[in-house]
Amino acid sequence: MTGTDTSLADFPMRRPGVAFPPPEYAHFREQPGLVRSRLPTGAAVWLVTRHEDVRTVLTDPRVSSNPDHDGFPSLLGRTGGVPSPDTMPGWFVALDPPEHDRFRKTLIPEFSVRRIRQLRPVVERIVGDRIDAMLAAGGTADLVADFALPVPSLVISGLLGVPEVDRDFFESRTRVLVTTTSTDQQREAATKQLLRYLDRLIAIKRKRPGDDLISRLLAAGTITPAELSGVSMLLLIAGHETTANNIALGVLTLLMHPQWIGDAGVVEELLRLHSVADLVALRVATEDLDVSGQLIRAGEGIVPLVAAANHDEGAFGCPHRFDPGRKARHHVAFGYGVHQCLGQNLVRIEMEAAYQALFDRIPGLRLARPAAELPFKYDGVLFGLHSLPVQW
Amino acid sequence: MVEISVDTERCVGAGQCVLSAPDVFDQDDDGIVTVLEANPDADQAAEVVQAERICPAQAITVREG
Ligand code: SF4
Repeated sequence: MTGTDTSLADFPMRRPGVAFPPPEYAHFREQPGLVRSRLPTGAAVWLVTRHEDVRTVLTDPRVSSNPDHDGFPSLLGRTGGVPSPDTMPGWFVALDPPEHDRFRKTLIPEFSVRRIRQLRPVVERIVGDRIDAMLAAGGTADLVADFALPVPSLVISGLLGVPEVDRDFFESRTRVLVTTTSTDQQREAATKQLLRYLDRLIAIKRKRPGDDLISRLLAAGTITPAELSGVSMLLLIAGHETTANNIALGVLTLLMHPQWIGDAGVVEELLRLHSVADLVALRVATEDLDVSGQLIRAGEGIVPLVAAANHDEGAFGCPHRFDPGRKARHHVAFGYGVHQCLGQNLVRIEMEAAYQALFDRIPGLRLARPAAELPFKYDGVLFGLHSLPVQW
Repeated sequence: MVEISVDTERCVGAGQCVLSAPDVFDQDDDGIVTVLEANPDADQAAEVVQAERICPAQAITVREG
């Protein structure tokens, strides 16, 4: 089979609504082996849709995350503007073990369950400030622009040690970068500005360390200052739009199922249900391997679909139902294997704090437009909402 | 009774084990898994088996005795 076979189904497929992955996924799971599909670039890839197969692929050492390998899939054109270890030192999601491990090991103390719990008051303050600002501005808001996007960027800028006076600059540039309605030109300019800013910040922290992540990573000495810019940029981008989409979609789903507001299982179930990063974990085989009886050859691209895995009937009963009571923690919304989201515990805290404060402080919160008319990100790499008009 | 062993070399610090079974697993100052209770009671067995299942690095082994 060649990369330009026109008989293959086009990928990605469109979601029909907030809590539903593309209906084709259910059909693919029933096929023996894996399904071959065609990317917008014309290249063919293997789609992985069963929960167990996604876990298998994401833990197989013969499967690589490095886009410099021939055959690595791209959703956005030839290179897709995706950084690689060559173009951006420190972009360790694109590295395989053992190179990857130095970065991960240096960073994990910063994101441990205990460390992130200590950040809870900081996150709560940021969330509270955003709600104050919304309330002060009147009886309506766009919950994406006014809340879901600024919260994660203010959290990460605080964590990195961005001084208070620069937070507005930092937040506005980050927002341009991760908002899908920005033009390529705007995005490129924002990337440059942020990288320049981070380089300068790292230089300052080298001379005058503070109590922040960048200073601690410099002190650890295992990541070079040049790599640290890439690492900081990665932390900034990876946790940003994903978290914002999770917060906004979660508010929408809770408004549609208000009986669950305040339930302890809400965050985990929302992560599973929405699986916003369905298309993120792209891979390539570096050797021949077998997955569910399907031979994947070295150099063939693989797309493990986390939304498909998280809606696999075999792993989650009535998968399309929002049921925080199921307490199913084995979802793969954060991926699986050595690249599983480093910031996942931070995301959980941000979502928890966001829902708690929003529904506590604005009990009359409701949609300003019917749910079916909301502008979902049908064409983005991440699923989410362009805006979420609310009123109270 | 279950018996737990962890491979700290494999651990990638996701903390899923800590969230699943907080009385059994913890992360040390380096973010790496530590076992607080190597032989947890039967009533903790389900949580521990879940931790084994969801650990993204497959660093946890549980033997049921
Ligand atoms: S879940 Fe696995 S990788 Fe994560 S901290 Fe526990 S042992 Fe380590």
